[in-house]
Amino acid sequence: MPESTARLRCLLRLADTSLVLAQRLGEWVGHAPELEEDLGVANVALDLLGQARLFFAYASELEGLGRTEDDLAFARDTGEFLNLALVEQPNGDFGKTIVRQVLLDAFQLVLYEWLQRSSDARLAAIAAKSLKETRYHWRYSAGWLVRLGDGTEESHGRVQSALDELWRFTGELFAADEVDLALAASQIAPAPSELRAAWLAQVEPVLRDATLTRPPDVPYRWQGRCGEHSEHLGHLLAEMQYMHRAYPGASW
Amino acid sequence: METSSRIWGVLSRVSDPELPVLSIVDLGIVRYVRCDGESPPRVGITPTYSGCPATEVIRAAVQTALVGAGYADAVVEEVLSPPWTSEWLTQEGRRKLEAFGIAPPLGPDRAASHPIACPRCGSQSTRLVSHFGSTPCKAHYRCEACDEPFDYFKCL
Repeated sequence: MPESTARLRCLLRLADTSLVLAQRLGEWVGHAPELEEDLGVANVALDLLGQARLFFAYASELEGLGRTEDDLAFARDTGEFLNLALVEQPNGDFGKTIVRQVLLDAFQLVLYEWLQRSSDARLAAIAAKSLKETRYHWRYSAGWLVRLGDGTEESHGRVQSALDELWRFTGELFAADEVDLALAASQIAPAPSELRAAWLAQVEPVLRDATLTRPPDVPYRWQGRCGEHSEHLGHLLAEMQYMHRAYPGASW
Repeated sequence: METSSRIWGVLSRVSDPELPVLSIVDLGIVRYVRCDGESPPRVGITPTYSGCPATEVIRAAVQTALVGAGYADAVVEEVLSPPWTSEWLTQEGRRKLEAFGIAPPLGPDRAASHPIACPRCGSQSTRLVSHFGSTPCKAHYRCEACDEPFDYFKCL
């Protein structure tokens, strides 16, 4: 695969993962268990949206077809989205949202740590900026996971079952394809398998503090990064893209 | 006065839309003003948080201020690297924040070990309510002495 194609796909994967998760977290606004959590979740969503925009803006320039950030976010179909399948999974209860966030925050931490030294200077700059924000996201999600896991029997049971349900989506985080191989060769992005040990080192102590049991690994089968999604993404995009598709080019 | 200091002067009168007591220079988001006398002046600004909605408002306000001061040809550039840090907040900015009722950032090496003092009564007996406050740059605290809630400008 030519490096330019690989770089563009990599940027869309990063952008789509942040955008889709921002949209999911946005669903909590006005519905979170407490006002503080409403604000907390919305703040994380806002950072992710900002990071997605930085990646989209770069992707748009690299592509050079005149597609804007908005075109990329609001005018692509399900099969063209390259986000991790983990982030499109429905919010469930607050505990499940927190489990999903812990798994993803830990991944973005180790990924951005690597990418801030990417041979692609612009990608490195975006990663360095995002990393500082992700540290706050991690503190928030990991803190909540410990409180819920080491909380009541009810809260423990809920986050353990969410972990059991979502763990199978984490195989995708570390699976490599030709995009990753092309970029790893030129030190633009890491070989995903390289990140797994650091990710586990991040996640496992928190699972222990939360008195949760790490589920067994299952064979990797989700390919959100290649455009093959669970049934949930289509519904999410229908809501997210509705306005743009109904009134293309509308502005405030 | 040379062009560059005049432009710094113009920028120091552009306030942050969320924290109107602070100018964008106090916040440390103006990274450079470059004038070589031949090409148009260039102004580099950096976003605080990548999702901060104030960024676009600030950019527009900077353009407007520059046009108003006679620098219609000035170019405003976005700078991403190095990423903005709360360490760039000026001493003057910290003083204004505290007077406005927002506790200024302690700095990364002190944040973990030092209590955040209440900007109203000065008590160090305060409690974190949430890492995320009313805007991305602030955390939410409560003072145990005077019972008032207050914002703390986070270290980033």
